[in-house]
Amino acid sequence: MTTLAPPSRFLPVLATVGLFVLAFGIGSARYDGFASGQVVANLFIDNAFLIVLAAGMTFVILSGGIDLSVGSVVALSTMVTASGLRAGWPVPLVVLAVLLIGATLGLLMGLVIHKFDVQPFIVTLAGMFLARGLCFLISVESVSIKDRTFRDVATAAIELPGGVTITYNVVIALLVVAAAMYVLHRTRFGRTVYAVGGNESSALLMGLPAARVKVGVYVISGLCSSLAGLLFSLYMLSGYGLHAVGMELDAIAAVVIGGTLLAGGVGYVLGGLAGVLVLGTIQTLISFQGTLSSWWTKIVIGVLLLVFIAVQRTMVRR
Amino acid sequence: MTESPPPVVEMRGISLAFPGVKALQEVDFRLFPGEVHALMGENGAGKSTLIKTLTGVHRPDAGQVALAGEEVAFSSPGEAQHAGISTVYQEVNLCANLTVAENILLGREPRRFGGIDFPAMRRRAAEVLARIGVHVDPASSLGEHPIAVQQLVAIARAIAVDCRVLVLDEPTSSLDAGEVAELFRIMRVLRDEGVAILFVSHFLDQVYEISDRMTVLRNGALVGEHLTADVDRRTLIAQMIGRDLGALEAIEDAAEQRTSHGPVLLQAEGLGRRGAIEPFDLDVRAGEVVGLAGLLGSGRTELARLLFGADRADSGRLLVDGRQLKLRGPRSAIAAGIAFSSEDRKGEGLVADLSIRDNLVLAMQAARGWTRPLPRRTKDQLVEKYLKALDIRPANPDALVRTLSGGNQQKVLLARWLVTEPRLLILDEPTRGIDVGAKAQIQQLVTTLAAEGTAVLFISAELEEVVRIADRIVVLRDRRKIAELDGSTGIDEVVELIAGGAAPEKVVS
Repeated sequence: MTTLAPPSRFLPVLATVGLFVLAFGIGSARYDGFASGQVVANLFIDNAFLIVLAAGMTFVILSGGIDLSVGSVVALSTMVTASGLRAGWPVPLVVLAVLLIGATLGLLMGLVIHKFDVQPFIVTLAGMFLARGLCFLISVESVSIKDRTFRDVATAAIELPGGVTITYNVVIALLVVAAAMYVLHRTRFGRTVYAVGGNESSALLMGLPAARVKVGVYVISGLCSSLAGLLFSLYMLSGYGLHAVGMELDAIAAVVIGGTLLAGGVGYVLGGLAGVLVLGTIQTLISFQGTLSSWWTKIVIGVLLLVFIAVQRTMVRR
Repeated sequence: MTESPPPVVEMRGISLAFPGVKALQEVDFRLFPGEVHALMGENGAGKSTLIKTLTGVHRPDAGQVALAGEEVAFSSPGEAQHAGISTVYQEVNLCANLTVAENILLGREPRRFGGIDFPAMRRRAAEVLARIGVHVDPASSLGEHPIAVQQLVAIARAIAVDCRVLVLDEPTSSLDAGEVAELFRIMRVLRDEGVAILFVSHFLDQVYEISDRMTVLRNGALVGEHLTADVDRRTLIAQMIGRDLGALEAIEDAAEQRTSHGPVLLQAEGLGRRGAIEPFDLDVRAGEVVGLAGLLGSGRTELARLLFGADRADSGRLLVDGRQLKLRGPRSAIAAGIAFSSEDRKGEGLVADLSIRDNLVLAMQAARGWTRPLPRRTKDQLVEKYLKALDIRPANPDALVRTLSGGNQQKVLLARWLVTEPRLLILDEPTRGIDVGAKAQIQQLVTTLAAEGTAVLFISAELEEVVRIADRIVVLRDRRKIAELDGSTGIDEVVELIAGGAAPEKVVS
């Protein structure tokens, strides 16, 4: 009856945070220079786009769906950004065009999923091929970005106390996380996302706008993907159809490792952030080690995913 | 109860047909403010359909629905809710992953600056819960609470809006006695506030305890509307079960003629399963039709499932041909020659997207084992034979089962088991929801099978049918076998027993 409940609700997220601390602790103990503020800052700098992707993906997975198109939409966004800038478009127009494309793709996929009652897996798989194909329609080559303003934003460093620097990418990613948290936890739309993911037919019978939410999460994910594409353009300073291959799976992995149930209804945006940080730390650990192939990252991620999904299953059964 | 206030809900001449089934025929229904009105009827009588017509899930083919004198036509549950008709379903239709407060108020939550005002929401939820005297923390997550509390939260959600009509569709089926008492207390509070409550329950005791008025449905038609005080249980049950004799009398004669039966085929000694059915003894002889009579929830299906090994018994033993049989599951039962045709023919019996032929062949192949494939010609002959024998329509082996009417689906299901040539055939509600003609054919088939030496355990909610067809009737009440009667027993006596009029000790088979 009394509120002893929250700890159990937050347990998966806390576990992920604990895992992050543990991985970071191991790194700090074994390698000189690991335990520095800049290493942490670099985690954010190198994964800003993934943090944004994970935030959007959290909406979709919470509603009980999945979005496989996000990696391709990132690639398409870098392509549109790079070729738009090369054609001499002003930066605000490029940003607007990219976000519009992402949101529209998401809207289309959401509508198909809802109207025709098709598995999100298939629809977003189609979206993934479509977006990837569109990249090569624009150019089969890698297009580098030479725009002055864009390069300035990309290389600008924000000085934090303690000599640590971050990029604007990090600021944007954290703003997205904050906005996502507000929408998911404080608005009717957000709570309906949870309701739909928890029990869709109940949500319908409760008279909640389930349809709007089911389409809406894909629009949000599309928007986040195109924003992540912009961040990726800033990070790589090029547009290429083979950018971000398989990144949708990294995003899904981060969200799941962050404790969000693939079945929907349970999870937090912060979990996705923690998941990204865990993945980033493992990558950093392996690069500090030096002798290990970077593919070890994938192996560790695979094992972690299995463990987390097994833990989730047992929790759901209970 | 006087009839002075006008009814808050008045449904007149409601008819609704689904493909192959007339779900409702010219049903009238009225609901007065400040009363608890029980909707009675066996499974398939049309209770849920009538409720769904009221709450906007279905639209009637004919007839009018009036709310407080004004004609209405809801196209969604949301619209009905908006007009003051709230429904609480048998299964709790809430989201266990949200908090209690969210479950009560989501969709009409108090807002501030575009976001949800959580403190205000918790306060509102606490007020609503206090109104019905339920004390749970609105901030706790719904899934932490037992089903009974979730049910009460569902009611809280229903009355959180201005609610004139509260529909409770079997709210008590998963509650224990104390929880039911709590629910009834809340229902009385709401009734005294002037809310009209429509209540569905299969438990007669509960209906008599709480309801002021009742409407009885049977086979989609209105049987009658009474004040609860005016009807005794016997009359009510007779109305629910029906006593319409008719085109089916010939079958009884056949039952009468079968006097000698074969050896005891199946013997249950003290077989039982906690929470499903108390230990019972039962003999079934070859060539005999044993009927199971009892109300819904009396343990009819549970008993059958034990004999088939679909559920595992936790006491007693089962003998087939005098030898003890360990039922490890349906497979071993099938191997022993026991077949079980489930009442849930869509869920547990047929593969709706396959053709008639494929459905029959599935069963044959399962019976033979996958190492001994059936030659095509044998298959065709068998399929042909059963299509003809059971008069399945269309007589096209390639028709998809999904497209058949309920009666013909039932026949295909029967055929599926018959091809395995079972020695004991358990039929759970084989005639539910199908038309009279198909019913007669199925009953005819049962008598034919018995004449050929197959033992049949026949379960039906329609007492008339059980009495007519069975050589012996086993009566169940409250998950207990209370009597075993001769096939010639009159229907009145059986009704008496089911209703609990006679003490079980006095009845001898």
